[in-house]
Amino acid sequence: MTRAHNPQLNAHGELRHLLTPEGLPRDVLLHILDTAQGFVSFGSREVKKVPLLRGKSVFNLFFENSTRTRTTFEIAAQRLSADVFNLDIQRSSTSKGESLLDTIANLEAMDADIFVVRHADSGAPFLIAQHTPPHVHVVNAGDGRHAHPTQGLLDMYTIRHFKGDFSNLTVAIVGDIVHSRVARSAIHALTTLGVPEVRAVGPKTLVPGDLRDMGVRVCHDMAEGLRDADVVMMLRLQNERMSGALLPSAHEFNMTYGLTAERLALAKPDAIVMHPGPINRGVEIDSAVADGPRSVILDQVRFGIAVRMAVLSIIASAEH
Amino acid sequence: MNGNQLLIRSGRLIDPLHGLDTTGDVAIVGERIVAVGRAPAGFAPDHILDASGLLVLPGLIDLCARLGEPGYEHEGMLDTELHAALVGGVTRVVCSPDTDPVLDEPSLVEMLRWRARRIKSARVYPLGALTKGLQGERLSEMAELTRASCIGLSQADTPIADTKVLYSAMQYASTFGYKVWLRAKDAALSRGGIAASGAYAQRLGLAGVPVIAETVALHTVFELMRATGCAVHISKLSSSQGVELVRQAKAEGLPLTCDVSINNLLLTDLDIGYFDSRARLDPPLRQGRDRDALRAALADGTIDALCSDHTPVSSDDKTQTFADAAPGATGLELLLPAALQFAASSGLPLAHALGCVGHRAARAAGLPPASLAVGEPAELIVVDAQARWRATPEALHSQSRHTPLAEHDLQGRVRHTVIDGRVVWSDSAATAAA
Repeated sequence: MTRAHNPQLNAHGELRHLLTPEGLPRDVLLHILDTAQGFVSFGSREVKKVPLLRGKSVFNLFFENSTRTRTTFEIAAQRLSADVFNLDIQRSSTSKGESLLDTIANLEAMDADIFVVRHADSGAPFLIAQHTPPHVHVVNAGDGRHAHPTQGLLDMYTIRHFKGDFSNLTVAIVGDIVHSRVARSAIHALTTLGVPEVRAVGPKTLVPGDLRDMGVRVCHDMAEGLRDADVVMMLRLQNERMSGALLPSAHEFNMTYGLTAERLALAKPDAIVMHPGPINRGVEIDSAVADGPRSVILDQVRFGIAVRMAVLSIIASAEH
Repeated sequence: MNGNQLLIRSGRLIDPLHGLDTTGDVAIVGERIVAVGRAPAGFAPDHILDASGLLVLPGLIDLCARLGEPGYEHEGMLDTELHAALVGGVTRVVCSPDTDPVLDEPSLVEMLRWRARRIKSARVYPLGALTKGLQGERLSEMAELTRASCIGLSQADTPIADTKVLYSAMQYASTFGYKVWLRAKDAALSRGGIAASGAYAQRLGLAGVPVIAETVALHTVFELMRATGCAVHISKLSSSQGVELVRQAKAEGLPLTCDVSINNLLLTDLDIGYFDSRARLDPPLRQGRDRDALRAALADGTIDALCSDHTPVSSDDKTQTFADAAPGATGLELLLPAALQFAASSGLPLAHALGCVGHRAARAAGLPPASLAVGEPAELIVVDAQARWRATPEALHSQSRHTPLAEHDLQGRVRHTVIDGRVVWSDSAATAAA
């Protein structure tokens, strides 16, 4: 059943759901990036809409809060002329004891075409994709620690935009990797696109040795991790991790793994600095770096809308 | 001769207890076996079971099953689950105390025994709760529970977090010579984990249960055994490192037995696939090297027994995200195919390998072993070891039909189950086809 084939692809190998970059062929990833390229200039146009999804209903199902990601999906869907419905499920049905699949069944009855799903449990979008009819598409907008594929793809878009090619890069991902769906999706996309060296940098509580199995070089020393890197991806340190059993304090994290101008000097002179946002200034990244000339953090946000437009238009055109 | 006479004709008779593996008949009068090999002269059976081309084995014993009563009747009823046991050739079921309410009161145990006896099905051997409500705080009335026919005291899948309580429980139990059944599962290190730590869980972003959750617990239990002299059975060992610690402890002479579940023996964490909640189990499925170490340990006797870890789970409780899904899988009907698969891959003679669901398991539980010897109660099964099947929901008799083994080809089905000389179950479809 679920084991037999990649549930993201239809019988023709077309993308019908976007659940994780893991296991997607390189040409599927590149097709999304190429399609996004055509949408990037849209924001500066007089008329910011195309009719690709006219008459389609996109439901944003956020079982976990996220204003930023939800807003970018909403903008992307509206620019494709879709009808967008935002459901903040946290405050509605599940608090009344309705099961996840009952919620989905009810929304399907309202003729949804695409579900954009965020959920606190790893794998939740897979469960939804398995229980929806063939004409309904699912986009994972972040599930537990597992995946955040559109973030991973917009990161790839940003890297390609500034570096041109993936095949000769060193990418350092720094921070709380073990709990990060952003890091997992970036790692899978980077290794699929042929980046020869991906480093995971942080203390052993946040970057355990078994991450090596994902094809990354594990570095517990920040200097070793940053040296000669082309791309530095900083991760957001979640508030609940800042002090406790995994880290003593945000201050100490800044002291040992925070990205300062001094540390950034270890990377290549033309290295770019990325962050999925929202940033904790003075924790994982200093303001001088976040606002500095090497920072591409706001470009990531801009490209994010184009990448989400590309994903929505591609999955909607897959045959049932 | 008194009583009904039953002849099981021309089967391959296998008795692991006596190393018997021969072709012949079993003659039964009343409740007991009167002849093995050839029926006595003048034997006039009322009923004949043709076992040509089939195996005849002592009934299987399952050291870990949940039967849904009391408390979980929506997930499995005592009568359906015991029927599933008979279909699976399991004539003796050791049942776990993690019912609702927990089996920590003699009256609850007596009620369960009474219900089970009335159903006239597989035999039920309850384990009493080691601590009140399995809370790990206050000791249960161990002597009362034992008097109410509990065969041991168990913490089920709930570890005792407070080592001082565990120490007292083992001291108290050993005062009376009771055996304590424990999981090797450190409460703190296993907290929040839903899959085995390792590359696959890391990839899927599933919180891990590290191997040290098992090894730290084993070190603690073994130290407490040395201090108290308490006899312990470790349920559902899961890791290669755990196997090694058990091997050393047995070599040292600690009064220790242990088992492994069919799921950990046959599957690995890769069987989780795309978040398949049927593979949400406790203990979690570990890696290939762990599975191989468990098989080797079952073959060399380090692990005494193979259990089904039968856990009825409703469809509503399984159709959830991997984290929210209730752990557990159906198993009573899969114990025999699992044992046969293990036997075939172990390179051991069948009569030796099947001891893990027979006399070696019975000994670990402190029960007299079933056997095909003359004079013994007739508790046996007739098995078609060649029958191929898949554990699809339609093929199962338990109320709970979720198993990660559903995608696997299985071999071996029970044709007849006999308890105390009575044929308590026959596969009518197969009998009609023959």
